[in-house]
Amino acid sequence: MVHRSHHDMGGLDAGPVDLDEHTQVHWEKRTDAIMRLVSDKKRQIITVDELRRGIEQIGPNVYDEMSYYERWITSVTNNLLEKGTITVDELGRKMSDVEARWQADGATKV
Amino acid sequence: MSTSYAVGDTVAVRQAYPPGHVRAPYFIRGKSGTVDQVVGNYKNPEELAYGRRDSERLTLYRVRFNQTDVWANYNGPTKDSIVIDIYENWLNPAEGA
Amino acid sequence: MSDTPSHEHDHSHSHSHDHNNPDDPLYNSHGEHPYQPDSEDTPYEHHHVMAEAVGELLIDKGIITADELRGMIELIDSKSPAEGTRVIARAWTDPEFKARVMVNVNDAAQELGIDPGTIPIRAVENTDSVHNVIVCTLCSCYPRLLIGLPPDWYKSRSYRSRVVHEPRTVLKEFGTEISKETEVCVHDSTADLRYLVIPKRPDGTEGMSEDELAALVTRDSMIGVTTL
Repeated sequence: MVHRSHHDMGGLDAGPVDLDEHTQVHWEKRTDAIMRLVSDKKRQIITVDELRRGIEQIGPNVYDEMSYYERWITSVTNNLLEKGTITVDELGRKMSDVEARWQADGATKV
Repeated sequence: MSTSYAVGDTVAVRQAYPPGHVRAPYFIRGKSGTVDQVVGNYKNPEELAYGRRDSERLTLYRVRFNQTDVWANYNGPTKDSIVIDIYENWLNPAEGA
Repeated sequence: MSDTPSHEHDHSHSHSHDHNNPDDPLYNSHGEHPYQPDSEDTPYEHHHVMAEAVGELLIDKGIITADELRGMIELIDSKSPAEGTRVIARAWTDPEFKARVMVNVNDAAQELGIDPGTIPIRAVENTDSVHNVIVCTLCSCYPRLLIGLPPDWYKSRSYRSRVVHEPRTVLKEFGTEISKETEVCVHDSTADLRYLVIPKRPDGTEGMSEDELAALVTRDSMIGVTTL
């Protein structure tokens, strides 16, 4: 038995290509922008190779359930945590903060 | 891992299946093709992926394969091809030519 | 830190501000966008919160600035296939330019005042004898800084899995049929090179201006899933 990673999908069978497209929404653009900034020449906090590896390490079922940018933000965040750029504690507090603000604005959670 | 290849050389992709960040796609391992281009020397992405930014540089090659050599049931003409960008550490000289 | 956005407000929504519109002037003290639900009350999800929080933390720590974040989003928004089409149109009309494109797209694009970034982009040319198509089976590498963001299908399991082993069948799903006399060559962007297809110039376009030619070129033809 040999190992085949879940993301390494060239050559597998799959259904027809779905040609529908969605426009990138704000949080996705923000994710994309954050990644480009933390990996730029000035900062070099994360490399694109580390981003890819982080995405590949997402478990197979979850990989398929997540959208493209959900995988990106997961990997960017995990990489920043691993490098100590942000801590789990401050991330948790900030995420609670953001949610509280948004709910105060009248938003609801999925 | 020091064999250098030239355009036109026949090479075989190493048949290994490690876990981790691998940039030689599963489907091309064990297949033989021809060096199409010597691209240049770059740090190994399989090391960069783990934060090891001082890894030695490896030569990157573009290697062309006949689709009928890659897929058992390829449903197109024998002239169809596929080109992959592969680092030298995944290549061996091919047996025969 | 200035709260004034430097871009125009989008008035296409008549009443409540679109929470997905980064042009909304209601920025918080970091210059970041507070959640503004649509009147339809679009819910948010865990990853949206994560993206917001990570951005704010990076700004709090001085690792990025709110201006840099806004500027990068604007840069992403500004990219579309248009710059790629200009490279194609010039390559069709100027053989020496095309020869330079074939060596290094990035340098050739700079000649036209285009900045496609530093990740190397290589051109592959469609001719009567070969039709090229691009994929990244392992992730979704794509020449974003030249032709904008990749379409969802390019990043999909179906395309990434199938175009390498049944390219002609996949091309048919895009309405493209390549004759058996023409080789189909698939390029899998497995390293740090990105690929741009130079489509075959359509017949009957002699005498068109570069702008007119550029207008004929589509994003999908520069990926290789369609012809013009």
